[in-house]
Amino acid sequence: MARSSVAAIDWVTVLLFLLLVSFGWGNIYSASYENETFSLTDFSQAHVKQAFWILFSIVIIIIIQAIEVKFYERFAGLIYVISILSLLGLFVFGKTISGATSWYVFGPVGLQPSEFAKACTALALAKFLSDMQTNIKLIGHQLRAFLIIALPALVIIPQPDPGSALVYAAFFFPLYREGLAAIYLIVGVSAAVLFILTLLFKPLWVVLAIAAVMLFILIKNRKQKPPYSKFLLTLVVITGFCFSVNYIFNNVFEQRHRDRFNIVLGKEVDSKGIGYNTNQSQIAIGSGSWTGKGWKEGTQTKGGFVPEQHTDYIFSTVGEEWGFLGATFVVVLFVLLLIRLINLAERQKSQFSRVYGYSVVGILFIHFAINIGMVTGLLPTIGIPLPFFSYGGSGLWGFTILLFIFIKLDANRVNEW
Amino acid sequence: MRKLLLYLIIITTGVVFVARLFYLQIYNTSFASLSEDNAIKVIYDYPQRGAIYDRNARLLVTNQPSYDVMVIPRELKPFDTLEFCSILNITKDNLVKRLQKARVYSPRVPSIVIPQLTKDEYAYLQEKMRKFDGFYIQKRSLRDYETVNAANLLGYIGEVNDALIKKDPYYLSGDLIGIDGVEKQYEKELRGIKGVKRIQKDRFNRDIGPYKNKKFDTLPVNGKDLTITIDARLQDYGQKLMKNKRGGIVALEPSTGEILALITAPSYKPELLVGRKRSPNFTKLYYDTIAKPLFDRGLQGEYPPGSPFKTINALIGLQEEVIDLKEKVSCRMGYYYGKGQKLGCHHHRGPLNMIPGIANSCNAYFATVYKRIIEKYDTPQEGIDVWRKHAQSFGLGNYLGNDLSAGRPGKVPNSEYYNKVYQYPTYKWYATATISNAIGQGEVLSTPIQLANMTAAIANRGHYYTPHIIKAIDGKPIENENYTKPKITTIDKEHFEPVVQGMYEVYTNGTASFLQVEGIEICGKTGTAENFTKIDGVKTQLTDHSVFVAFAPKDDPKIAIAVFVENGYWGARYAGRIASLMIEKHLKGTISRTDLENWIFTHSLEEEYAKPYSGEPFKINQ
Repeated sequence: MARSSVAAIDWVTVLLFLLLVSFGWGNIYSASYENETFSLTDFSQAHVKQAFWILFSIVIIIIIQAIEVKFYERFAGLIYVISILSLLGLFVFGKTISGATSWYVFGPVGLQPSEFAKACTALALAKFLSDMQTNIKLIGHQLRAFLIIALPALVIIPQPDPGSALVYAAFFFPLYREGLAAIYLIVGVSAAVLFILTLLFKPLWVVLAIAAVMLFILIKNRKQKPPYSKFLLTLVVITGFCFSVNYIFNNVFEQRHRDRFNIVLGKEVDSKGIGYNTNQSQIAIGSGSWTGKGWKEGTQTKGGFVPEQHTDYIFSTVGEEWGFLGATFVVVLFVLLLIRLINLAERQKSQFSRVYGYSVVGILFIHFAINIGMVTGLLPTIGIPLPFFSYGGSGLWGFTILLFIFIKLDANRVNEW
Repeated sequence: MRKLLLYLIIITTGVVFVARLFYLQIYNTSFASLSEDNAIKVIYDYPQRGAIYDRNARLLVTNQPSYDVMVIPRELKPFDTLEFCSILNITKDNLVKRLQKARVYSPRVPSIVIPQLTKDEYAYLQEKMRKFDGFYIQKRSLRDYETVNAANLLGYIGEVNDALIKKDPYYLSGDLIGIDGVEKQYEKELRGIKGVKRIQKDRFNRDIGPYKNKKFDTLPVNGKDLTITIDARLQDYGQKLMKNKRGGIVALEPSTGEILALITAPSYKPELLVGRKRSPNFTKLYYDTIAKPLFDRGLQGEYPPGSPFKTINALIGLQEEVIDLKEKVSCRMGYYYGKGQKLGCHHHRGPLNMIPGIANSCNAYFATVYKRIIEKYDTPQEGIDVWRKHAQSFGLGNYLGNDLSAGRPGKVPNSEYYNKVYQYPTYKWYATATISNAIGQGEVLSTPIQLANMTAAIANRGHYYTPHIIKAIDGKPIENENYTKPKITTIDKEHFEPVVQGMYEVYTNGTASFLQVEGIEICGKTGTAENFTKIDGVKTQLTDHSVFVAFAPKDDPKIAIAVFVENGYWGARYAGRIASLMIEKHLKGTISRTDLENWIFTHSLEEEYAKPYSGEPFKINQ
């Protein structure tokens, strides 16, 4: 069985994974090396450490592939509980690194449980949704699904690591695929749009504009007797939302959060202070032009102008040294990987595998979208890594585990029915 | 359907990112230049500015080292401010203010505290430097003048201004650039090309080695040495003659158009505009609105040319065949036209034909010739435009297109101008309305260099070379066709001989007969130009300008000269004397008529210049 399972592995996905990891390592090398002598024992250098993380992740892959596939489904609940406990344990044993208490430190190695919690939550959600008795159309079941997703996020927020918590929005993908009503999507997207509009303009103006549009629609369709009360209710909800957004933004958010939004919305320009990261990152990317300055030739990268360049801002190195072509190549790799994973998820016979597959797609997508959006200045600064690319052992292992459990599930689909 | 939406979200995100990358990396190029500023420090290596020599290889301008006292504020340690101030001769308040300014600019980047110390100040400070941590000395190059004259034509250098930095990316803030004269005109040749070193910086602005192994670094190219056409000896002599007078002298070599001397008075010593002294001195010169030492009268002074312009009218008359050499015109102390209107003339024998007409500068003769030129054509408009075209072929009424940093077009009026003035066609105007043009008064204006050039064209019998000041660059003679190809006038060659003869007789038996030089055949023409000023808003006539043009020798001209002395009364009085001395100096090297020379040295017009400012009524032409 093991043999047929190896043969059934989706090598396209593995190839995309290997491309991303190796190209990522090359860029980490460029962003972090200090002298030309390459020594495998110099652990002060990020690229040396990352090389070891990569080697170790291969061991993890082999272990994952060796484990009996039923294990993941059967023990999904237990794994989930353990991961929640490990997150809670941080409040007692955690070590604070750059402001966030997100780490367990064992000698030279630090582990970040939130990176693994994503895969665990995906397993738990898959287990719950694939349960025969679960019907996602029922409100009560929807609430339980939301609870499974929200629990780790709620534990992560006070670390504080709101970026990692935001990733749990990724589970919209499997929920939606499994039949969650589209109204959630519509409400979610509308809320996001209203949020941005309210920040850009004053809430009163937004409300007035929407009221005007509604009035126009009503007058135009007055012969069909439109449901006036529904329109009115919607308007009331929107008004309440807009004003509360305004209130929350100004009174609940901290200044640094407000700054991040204001920078992206163009309401504030400060390239030295709060906007420094984004600005430097855009300069580095922008200076790459068509083909970039070449590997290890990036002046911005070499000068260390972009903070956190080897971790969250690694994509700016790609932009500077490999140019438009290289950066587009990375974007295309991610898009291909995501599409491939959707295709794989769709061909699963078991609902468990399919839900899990969509969870993987969602998690990878949200990391990809937020990270590159942030590095290119499209989104506010939300510090989450670029999967397989950014420096960091926990992150790399977390994503590797997440992806290869799915590859194992997929490889095993022939044995199920 | 549901699956499709997820695909759509992913692909849309990909497309948005690629579009954003395209915007950042290809479309918007400002990021690339920001990156340059950010990560690469560029250090410039300044080359030596080229030297300037006169036509006889006499060194006029070279370089001298100067020393800036620099400070890096955060490396300062407490020091004996009193001693430091006394060495540099500044007050303590001043020093504190300068250090404060440097600190505000940047605590770690060097700033200039005291710019441009002289060698002596530097030598003294150098011994004590070890006591003053945080200060160091940076060498710079300044101009060093080996002459006290010719400031007007050499120009000066100073720090480049912001407007120019924007226009020409070669220059950076603090760079020195030629601001006037030869320094400005030949800036590109003199300055050389600065060398560039690129150094990779990190985010703390620390150097982390050369950028790309010095692949983009260049070595400085030294500035080129210039040889200018000026004869420094003649220039010095002319400046001496012009002492206590205002006006200009322009001497040309007719066979080449080379400017032998270009004098304006009053002038100033070029060394006044070097280094630390430049700013206060310049302000002083700039605000001297009465003597206007910064105003180059030889190039920028637009005066009525007066009688020398008659030679042009004579030539046009001959070319247009409105008069011949024999015809005599009578003069009854002037020329009468219209209803009892008269263009006055001085006392001379008459009637005269052309050659004595020139020699005696008879106004009636030239008024007649001028009127006939204009009236030869059907309308005065047509006539005046033909006349103008001829005059312009002598380089009058427009910019000469030379290599001097200043210049004025002068003026030769055309029909359009008179139509406007006389409101044609409501009112008509005729030749007599413009009759002052006959004698170089009225609407005609020219600069001394235009007059000198006109004289050179006559000396060459019909062509001139655009006057220029550059002779050779790095020892290589110039090849610019603008200066090496003759410009041909519209007058046929044969008409020049009688005019030249007339100018010759100005010396032999005309208005300048007392200025003959033994052994040199000089041709000249006197001029006396009326001029006016406004005193308290009232138009007031001042003493006439003394004008003189000349060339010599008659048959192989080596020098053509125009001299203009403001309020010098009649032509031969000041301008004629100065012209004849200049010619003798240039052709013979020594002056035989020391009494004449002495007269010029000892006579001053300062009293004349003070008159309009005295606030009292005064007499003119005394």
